[in-house]
Amino acid sequence: MQKYTFNILMAALAVALLAMAQLRIIDNYIQAVIMFVGINIMMSTSLNLVNGNMGEFTCGHAAFMCVGAYVASILSVLCFGSKFGDPIFPEAASFFVFPFIILLGGAVAALSSILVALPSFKTRDDYLAIITIAVNYMVISAIENMDWVGGSRGFQGMKDTVWAMVDSTPAWLAGENDFPWVLLYVILFTAFDIWVIRRFITSTYGKGVNAVCQDETAAEIMSVNTNKIKTVNFMISAGLAGCAGGLFAHVIGYVNPQSFNILKSTEAMVMVYLGGMGSLSGAVISAIVFTVLLEILRSQALIDFLMAPATFVFPDWEPSAGVIKWVMIPLLLVLIMQFRPEGIMGNKELSDVFPKLKKFYTFK
Amino acid sequence: MDFIIQNIINALQWGSFYALIALGYTLVYGVLRLINFAHGDIFMVGAYIAFFVAGFMLGPALGLSPMTTFLFAVPLTMFLTACVGVTLERIAYRPLRRKGAHRLYVVITALMCGLILEYSNLAVLGASRLKFPELVEKTIWNLGGVTLTNLKVIVIFAAVAVFVILNFIVTKTKIGMAMRGISYDKFAIPLMGIPIDSIIVFTFILGSGFAGLAGLLFAMSYPVLEPFMGMIIGWKAFIAAVVGGIGDIRGAFYGGFLLGFIEVGVVTVFPSTYRDLFAFTILLIILWMKPTGLFGMPQSTKI
Repeated sequence: MQKYTFNILMAALAVALLAMAQLRIIDNYIQAVIMFVGINIMMSTSLNLVNGNMGEFTCGHAAFMCVGAYVASILSVLCFGSKFGDPIFPEAASFFVFPFIILLGGAVAALSSILVALPSFKTRDDYLAIITIAVNYMVISAIENMDWVGGSRGFQGMKDTVWAMVDSTPAWLAGENDFPWVLLYVILFTAFDIWVIRRFITSTYGKGVNAVCQDETAAEIMSVNTNKIKTVNFMISAGLAGCAGGLFAHVIGYVNPQSFNILKSTEAMVMVYLGGMGSLSGAVISAIVFTVLLEILRSQALIDFLMAPATFVFPDWEPSAGVIKWVMIPLLLVLIMQFRPEGIMGNKELSDVFPKLKKFYTFK
Repeated sequence: MDFIIQNIINALQWGSFYALIALGYTLVYGVLRLINFAHGDIFMVGAYIAFFVAGFMLGPALGLSPMTTFLFAVPLTMFLTACVGVTLERIAYRPLRRKGAHRLYVVITALMCGLILEYSNLAVLGASRLKFPELVEKTIWNLGGVTLTNLKVIVIFAAVAVFVILNFIVTKTKIGMAMRGISYDKFAIPLMGIPIDSIIVFTFILGSGFAGLAGLLFAMSYPVLEPFMGMIIGWKAFIAAVVGGIGDIRGAFYGGFLLGFIEVGVVTVFPSTYRDLFAFTILLIILWMKPTGLFGMPQSTKI
């Protein structure tokens, strides 16, 4: 029983969050932040699989998020919206169908990652980095040219599914307020994501991934099928990013190709390197820290306070929080790279730093 | 026929900008094996420096004529932009190099420095776009249906001249030999009595200086300045450098023009929104077929 302590704690935390959201103890804003934390955890852990564990350098991870977001949104509108004709499923089925919509989005994103996986057989390092940037631009540009999903104007209508879920909530669950379905699914998918990655990394495939990272040629001599390993790794990573994208689309209720541009990819990279390459717990911690930091720095009062010496010298200058935030976060990362380049956790897991923790959890 | 020649000239102009920026990428990469992701933003800083230099010279304090301003603005912009590049090297890259950090960390630092440049520009100067003053009086030559402006000629000429100068420096001079040596073996070079830091600073001076020149010329051709102007063009120039084979001066030059021709070619046939899609697809295929770029040499790895 002891080894399930951590898992039970996490489950209890999730239930507590849902209950607090249901009873309106935490408002919509906090809920949104929690959902973004979940999505960012999915993004950073899935990118960590490629950038950390496999040692490649991809900087176009948002492309897969974009594919997942669009596929999931279109499916969602097809199933429950009225934009493309009558809904396929009745409203009551929405909370069974919704996870499959997200998973299908992830599956298509995984397929699209073949675009990156195939060239990666021959290329490494900087050349592969370029290919991923090119794929990022290609995906955005392709979607901008698809007029039936709105092109560069973006696409909406996914909220129909969310409302369908809210409307058909059983009476014993709904109470007076709307049940936070999206929050529930974000939590479930985050847990799913961490479970998949944890299982994958500790499997034989995962050992192959680490071997490819250390020395590709030596791994090949040791009979590791590097091409297969790379393809599987890229597909899992992209698939999870696609799931994150689908959830992102349903949280916001609107997607635009430009919200998945290089800046979004950079955000994911920042989280990976902040946490430490190849460390799953590091990626989770850094995703939480990063998202919360972004929200804290959004406060204009805090920025005004921090910038007080500068505004005292230049009274005309009015720094805006949205801009200063993006000066401070890169600056933070530059400082981290100077003084603790291995990130928060290095390539260690939390259980390596505190060995006693091992007694309290299991991911089997 | 006129149509084709006109488009070739346009492609040459676009290609010149890509080539000018790609040369900076490839110089730094050739010496340090570092993708200087901040280079596109140094280009943007160059354009802004050119704006302020030109504004100061044309302004009431000096009141120079536009042509004199142009002649003085070119070296001054290049010098000031080179200072920015060297500062970046001193405060961000050199400490990491001294510590022997993994090159990925340096790449991340470069990426973040680019973001800092963009957003601190946005914070200091605001989001309003700036209008670059007209320095060179526009002359339009009409050669049998093909229009050619003097600005286009200047841009293309500048790209070719920079290529020739850099190629000469890298292949013919002693300092160029040292640069190639550092890229070949970073540990043996100091033993030969070559000051590795000064060579690297010199590389950054060259790369950033020409990025400043590109910024000035770009601002003259498309006279609207905004903080994110360097991002897209920087990434594209980087891709051009890689397609040519990063680390090779010729590769960056031809890669830049290739990208220019592909983009203008796509725009003449398809709607202009397809430009990025086709350009990047073609580049992906090139890289897939020839993973080290057109001129790049495959690096041999020891087992």
